[in-house]
Amino acid sequence: MTRTIRRAAALCLVLLATLLVNAARVQIVESPALDDNPANRRGPIARWAQPRGEITAGGHTVTGSRDTREQLRYERTYTDGPMYAPVTGYASQTYGTSLVEHAEDAALSGADPLLSAFPLWNDLSRSRRPGGRVHTTIEPAVQKAAFRGLAGRRGAVAALQPSTGRVLALVSSPSYDPGVLSGTGPATVRAWTELNAADAEPMLNRAIRQTYPPGSAFKIVTAAAVLDAGLVRDVDAPTDTPDPYILPGTRTRLPDAAEGCGGASLAYAIQWSCNSVLAGLGARAGLPAVLGTAENFGFNDRSLRIPSPVAASTFDRRMSVDQLALSSIGQFNTTATPLQMAMVSAAVANGGTLKRPYLVDRVTTTAGRPVRRYHQSLYRRAMNPVTAQRLQRLMVRVVEDGTGRNAAIRGARVGGKTGTAQHGPDNTGTPYAWFIAWAQADDAVQPGVAVAVVVEDAEAVRGRISGNGSAAPIARAVMAAALKTSRGR
Amino acid sequence: MTASAGPGTDPGTGTAAGPGAPVAAGRRRGVELLLLTGAVLIPVYGYASVGLARGGAVPPDVLGYGAGLGTLALLAHLAVRLRAPAADPLILPIAVLLNGLGLVLIYRLDLETAEDAAAPAQLVWSTLGVGLFIVVVALLPDHRLLARYAYVSVVTALALMVAPVLFPPVNGARIWIRVGDLSFQPGEFAKILLALFFAAYLAANRRTLAFRGRGLRRFRLPPARVLSPVVTVWLISVGVLVLERDLGSSLLFFGLFVLMLYVATGRTGWILAGLALAAAGAYAVGTVEPHVHGRVDDWLDPFASVRAGQGPGQLAQSLFSFGAGGLLGTGLGLGHSALIGFATKSDFILATAGEELGLTGLTGIVLLYALLVARGFRAGLGLRDDFGRLLAVGLASIVALQVFVITGGVTGLIPLTGMAMPFLAQGGSSTVANWIIVALLIRLSDAAREPLPGEPGGDPPAEERSPLLAGNLDESRADRRTPR
Repeated sequence: MTRTIRRAAALCLVLLATLLVNAARVQIVESPALDDNPANRRGPIARWAQPRGEITAGGHTVTGSRDTREQLRYERTYTDGPMYAPVTGYASQTYGTSLVEHAEDAALSGADPLLSAFPLWNDLSRSRRPGGRVHTTIEPAVQKAAFRGLAGRRGAVAALQPSTGRVLALVSSPSYDPGVLSGTGPATVRAWTELNAADAEPMLNRAIRQTYPPGSAFKIVTAAAVLDAGLVRDVDAPTDTPDPYILPGTRTRLPDAAEGCGGASLAYAIQWSCNSVLAGLGARAGLPAVLGTAENFGFNDRSLRIPSPVAASTFDRRMSVDQLALSSIGQFNTTATPLQMAMVSAAVANGGTLKRPYLVDRVTTTAGRPVRRYHQSLYRRAMNPVTAQRLQRLMVRVVEDGTGRNAAIRGARVGGKTGTAQHGPDNTGTPYAWFIAWAQADDAVQPGVAVAVVVEDAEAVRGRISGNGSAAPIARAVMAAALKTSRGR
Repeated sequence: MTASAGPGTDPGTGTAAGPGAPVAAGRRRGVELLLLTGAVLIPVYGYASVGLARGGAVPPDVLGYGAGLGTLALLAHLAVRLRAPAADPLILPIAVLLNGLGLVLIYRLDLETAEDAAAPAQLVWSTLGVGLFIVVVALLPDHRLLARYAYVSVVTALALMVAPVLFPPVNGARIWIRVGDLSFQPGEFAKILLALFFAAYLAANRRTLAFRGRGLRRFRLPPARVLSPVVTVWLISVGVLVLERDLGSSLLFFGLFVLMLYVATGRTGWILAGLALAAAGAYAVGTVEPHVHGRVDDWLDPFASVRAGQGPGQLAQSLFSFGAGGLLGTGLGLGHSALIGFATKSDFILATAGEELGLTGLTGIVLLYALLVARGFRAGLGLRDDFGRLLAVGLASIVALQVFVITGGVTGLIPLTGMAMPFLAQGGSSTVANWIIVALLIRLSDAAREPLPGEPGGDPPAEERSPLLAGNLDESRADRRTPR
């Protein structure tokens, strides 16, 4: 029996050895695939096991974390959620992340290896680093001025520091509180469903994800093209564009709302927003000139990120002359995001040099140790410096004695341009009111802020909608707040 | 080694006072005590580390827990020292270590299910188990006495297995007897009684089974008169289990029967016939029984339910656990094996070990079982009576097969069958039954390593061993020195 006992023992030990081989297969070979299986809850559990890193604006945190003691332990909270929602986005345990929460997720969730002083050690010990702190370029006072200015009306504001490209404010209205999407329960699902179904589209980030016809605000781009092309050498010299202007090759008359536009100078045309002059000059400058300038401002750029992706503003690459004429005054297929129009204003304010807009300044650990820094960088040279100087003067005249007087600020040099964009079939939609502007404090060496405001005021009577009436006061409040903030520094 | 080799030539029963001689290797109670100290300290360390990982502090009752486990170990050790002084010094420490680790894992899982604490009950069952261990070691002077109760045990075993049919099923399996709050799984005890019966019956009839019978060329079938009782008992036990839907135990009894028959008769045909029967039976049951069919489907594709959008099933969750553990594990208290949900503390306790102790810890645990199994077989080799040899083989095989069926099931090697991991899993009947198995192994190994005087087989001279039989500890220590 000894022989059979030995064999039986060997068989039992072979069985146990097989177990170990199989365990090694599962725990080593298949382990990565098992970890990555979407049904495996360990990823989310680890991700939410610690408080998420904070997002700051002007040194103040605008986010927080709530300990739920549930399986996904820490839920995101937001202070002034609706106001900062177009900046932060949401970080939901059910619906994922968006905007800065999405773009900087690795840092905020603690997954970024750079957060650790000794990255390899964390990989070995499998410990998760505390979430990092993401410092945005947003100035709370500017953001607040913009949010209050819109006061729940549909629209958006984007404000930049022209010399650096820092985004000072990014507001979309109506907004929502991203905190209601944080959790996993039925309330979260209900909130998500309601927000997505709402007619007002509160989750749409109108400042960077929505494009509007820019209307007359686009005339700044056309003027830059015309000046750069040398078509106009003296801004005060009369042009030979008739009023009403008949679109080349058609019988369509392009009327002017303002008086005295027939053959008016470029300066007068910007000051009083003459359609005929800019349409005619744009058509004469030709598609390559206007398109090239528009693209130098950022139109047709699908890759722009701040770090969240910005919807591309469009200026058609192929057009007939009459279409070019319409496009030159911001109609036809031309569309722009509020951020894009703020970039137009910023390029003029910064002497023709357009800085790349950026929303995240730097990432640090909670203790403040720097992890990553985002530097200002050149985006494009939008126009000649001389052209920029001339446009600055023209825009100042708009505010001092033109269509944009509501934007004037005491103690500052303000340049602006109104826009009233018609849209919809046969232009029957409620027009959008635009105002783009920049401001330079009297004691400052350069403009401190550039802003674009759009108000798609569906409630207002059509005739009263104008850049000056609806949008300019908001721009003024935003710029005043920005100048005050920079002076306080 | 040849089949005809007598016990005298087996290692461990040699006549010389060399390293393998029974007198030199026989006692070793000091080694056992040392190993027991480690077997108590390791779970205490684990208990403290769970507390540190979860609450940031060592649990306040860690000393109490250590003292409790230590007292149990010490009492068991004293019983062995007094009543089975030559017993294998590894068996008891392995049992204590596995039981202690099980308590730590169950306590750790209790933290996830605050309303349903299982560790206190498991501690009570462990105490009861050790108590029974002491009773068996103290009151059973010679394992051969058990052979007399072969038919009593088989009747009891069958009664125990049939009894749960009269009670309502729990989670689809009729393997429980519930009286008030107490539940009891009779199959756990039936397996010991069946091993006992098989050992006694096969020992008495093994030559007939091996060499007699009608021949059909080379294949010889044993006489039906001899074979039929065993086959009948086996068929009944397996039949009952299929009715009760406890396929783990069914597989265990089947494997136990085939292995013991092979060891007794030395005929490989039994293994082949057994495998063929097992394959046929598995196919039939797998096709007919939906409960089993589902298990097989789940085994073939554990992630089908995930793809179907129904979330991961138990096996998928178990595999996630093992995968998350990787080589080194997450650390005690830091894994998420509680996601498996139902049966984490019982059938799936190993997933917690796999996740929190990693492949390293799992390997350690499987090696502990392997060592226990090996010591069981070793006792079998050392014994001279056929009954004892077969009983040792049977008990060791029960442990090995059980570990294989459960571990293979939760790691996706074979279809999942609900069964309790010996000592590690939550379960009163299982813990108590396994302590009885260990008590019997202690008794068998004591007999194997301490040959009785007057037995044939070239044992050492009786006068050298007589002090040991008297149980005099001082004498035994002196005795250990004499051969050198």
